[in-house]
Parts: sequence; structure tokens; C-alpha cells
Amino acid sequence: MNYHWNWRVFWEPAPNGTGTYLDMLLSGLVLTIETAICAWIIALIFGAVIGVLRTLPSKTGSWIGFAYVEFFRNMPLLVQLFLWFFVLPEILPHSWGLWMKQMSNAPFYTAAIGIGLFMSARVAEQTRAGITSLPRGQKLAATALGLTTAQTYRYVLLPMTFRIMLPPLTSEFLSTIKNTSVAITIGLIELTAETRAMQEFSFQVFEAFTAATVLYLLVNIVVVIAMRFVERGLAIPGYITGK
Amino acid sequence: MFANFDFDVIRRSLSYLFLDGMTFTLTLTGLATFGGIVFGTLIALMRLSGYWLLGRIDGLYVDLMRSLPLVLVIFWFYFLVPYIGQWLTGSSRPVRVGAFASSLVTFTLFEAAYFAEIMRAGIQSISKGQPAAAQALGLSYSQTMRYVVLPQAFRNMLPVLLTQTIVLFQDTSLVYVLSIPDFLGAASKVAQRDGRLVEMYLFAAVVYFAISCVASFGVRRLQARIAFVH
Repeated sequence: MNYHWNWRVFWEPAPNGTGTYLDMLLSGLVLTIETAICAWIIALIFGAVIGVLRTLPSKTGSWIGFAYVEFFRNMPLLVQLFLWFFVLPEILPHSWGLWMKQMSNAPFYTAAIGIGLFMSARVAEQTRAGITSLPRGQKLAATALGLTTAQTYRYVLLPMTFRIMLPPLTSEFLSTIKNTSVAITIGLIELTAETRAMQEFSFQVFEAFTAATVLYLLVNIVVVIAMRFVERGLAIPGYITGK
Repeated sequence: MFANFDFDVIRRSLSYLFLDGMTFTLTLTGLATFGGIVFGTLIALMRLSGYWLLGRIDGLYVDLMRSLPLVLVIFWFYFLVPYIGQWLTGSSRPVRVGAFASSLVTFTLFEAAYFAEIMRAGIQSISKGQPAAAQALGLSYSQTMRYVVLPQAFRNMLPVLLTQTIVLFQDTSLVYVLSIPDFLGAASKVAQRDGRLVEMYLFAAVVYFAISCVASFGVRRLQARIAFVH
């Protein structure tokens, strides 16, 4: 293989004047994590609400939840980001659209909201699966005790559901982190984009991509280990909540 | 809102969008699914073979692929495939590889990791009595797999495999980052040429939505039928 390896390239100054190439990749990593966390908060809130909606006795409620999930699940994330980024400002009233276009950091907000809503459909499915996996007796017992529907969810069903959901939620969070790389298409300079930039500036293709790979793997490992601690901390004695 | 919505730009570009773009997307989806399932099944078999080293290597491969963003993997292979080609053919310089071949290799190898996990679950869901009975009948390991275990595993996992195919269909839109004219890439080209972003992206969204919706509805019907047989 006649490829010229140069691992010291990471300590060379990057031409964009922000320090070394390593600094460049790390600032991309920070943006990746920030975007992922913002998106994840949105995904958790919307996902939990829609997931609960789908299990309610109300027909309209479950229909709205169904439509929401299908809407966000049946379109590629890339297309959704394009809709938020390019289409939404155009079809809104002129002044709003102008405000959105002039917003600094627009790619960041678009990515956080777009990826958040995309992932919320998945979180909703997990929430629904978690609630329906609970034994029927729990809900019946809560009703027998005279709890209202809201109280049943708040005190009986959801506390258990969220614990059951932790392992699948961990992998959904990992997907959220991975999905932030799609925002490269709307100009978010996250880790993959910084890697691309480094490759274009320095011509050290494989060093750049190896570094990005290692960084993504590290983030994955940290999240998995952290979630294991959370699971252990929240486990209810006598119940096996996840492995 | 839709006062200056130009439907004509969609009509004018229909043949380009579907004959070039959608053909690329669907061909890529089909071939990558096929390759991914074949390769994924092999990985699953190797992982369940009981050889420690083989299982370890395959586990690493699957974990690595599943913890990387697809966009990064697309870039990796885009730059790596020419060198692999050079190594395979023994030529003196990196081989020029077309956009389609490069993305086909990427998606096959990437999705194989996901298909491998599905097939592994499928194989493990077959009760132990089945391979034991096959062995008692004197079938060899490969015969047991081919005639007894895999057909059932495949059948049980069909809905999940098809769902993954729908995900793959949506994921192929990411070849956009290599400026390849798949369906979305074609729509985007027209959009930028004619300055009609709203129309083209909305149309692309509707098409993806319709295809995925119909496909997942079909999968759900299939699932219900399979569940009934059991």
C-alpha cells in the first residue's frame, strides 16, 4: 500500500487557525455531544408523552400517537432535516422565515430539534412497549385502589416502565449520538465534518478517520458504562430490570 | 403559503427522479439487503460456531460497525475501497471505484452487522431439540444448518429482516454526502438547479414516506399471518 502514514499530523497546526488538528477534532466531538444531548432531551420528552398517549384508553389519543410515530419513522432522517432546514422557513410567514434564516447557529438548532423529533418516535415505541409489557394486574390494582388514570401512570406504571426501558433507551441514545453525523449535510461542523475538513486540509485520510472512529468508540463505551451504573442505582430489589 | 408552489418542476423532472434516482436507490437497497443477509448469516454462524477466536472477531466486527455513524462509515469505505481494490488486484496504484460499487460495498458490510444480530437471534430461537434431532438423523453440521435450522430461523425472522430492509432503504439516502444521485440526490440536484428547494424536498419526503408506509404496512400484515401460523 503506497499510502504515506503520518500519525504526528494531529499535533500540526490546522489551517483554520483554531489550534492543532487534534483540537479541531475535539471541538467537533464537543459539538457532537452537545447536539446529541439536546436532541435526546427533546426525544425523551416527546417520546414519553406520545408513548403514553398510545396506551391510553382514548381512541383519539392512540390514533394521534400512531400518526406521530408513523410520520417520523417513515422518512429518512436526512429528508427530515432538509424539511426543517430548507423547507420550513419558506412555507412559514415571511417574517418568521427570515428570522429563522438569519438565526446564527441555525444548523445546531435544526439538528437538535430534527434529530430529537426523529428519535422521539423511537422512544415512543419503546415507551409503549414498556407500558404494555407490564403485567395487567398493575393497572387493574391501581384502578381498584381508586387512582385516576393520571395517578395510575404517575405512581404505578411509569416508574416501572422507565426502569424496564433503560437498556433499550441506552441503545436509542447511542443512535442519537450516531445520528448527529447526518447533520453534516446541513452544515453542522460536528465530529464527522471536522474529520472531513482535516482530511481535506492535511490529505491524511486514514489518520483522520481512525481518530474519529476511536473517538466515537470512546463515547459509546463511556455511555454504556455510565448507563450500567444508572441501571444498577435505579434497580428495584426483587425485579430484574434489564441485564 | 403555497401561492408560488411550482408543481411543474416535479412533473418535468419525474423521469430523471425515478428512472435515474429511484432506480439507483432501489438497486442499492436490493443488492445491499441480499449481500447483507448472506454476509450477516455467515457472521452469525461463525459467532455461534463455538470457536472462541471466530466468535470474538465477529463480535468485534459487529460491535464496531454498530457503534459508528453510517456517514463516517460511508466516508471510510469511499476512501478505503480503492486501496482494497489495489491490494486485491495487485495493481501499482489505488483502483478507481465507481460511486455505486463503493456504496454497495459500504452498505453490504455495514448492514451485515445488523443482519448478523437478527440472524443470531433467529438461530438462537430455534429449540435445541431441532439440531439434536438432525444430528441423530446423521446430518452433518452444514446439512443441519442448511436444511433444518436456517430455513426456520429465516422464516421466524422474516418480519424483522424486512423491517431492517426498510431502514436500509431510508439509510441509502445518506449517499447524498458523496454527491451521488440517488433519489434524494437527484431531487436535490434539480432543487438547486431550478431554485425549487421547497417543492423538490417536499416531494422527496412524500415519496419516501409513501414507500416506507406501504412497506411497513405489508410487513405488519405478514407478521400477523406468521404469528397466526405459530
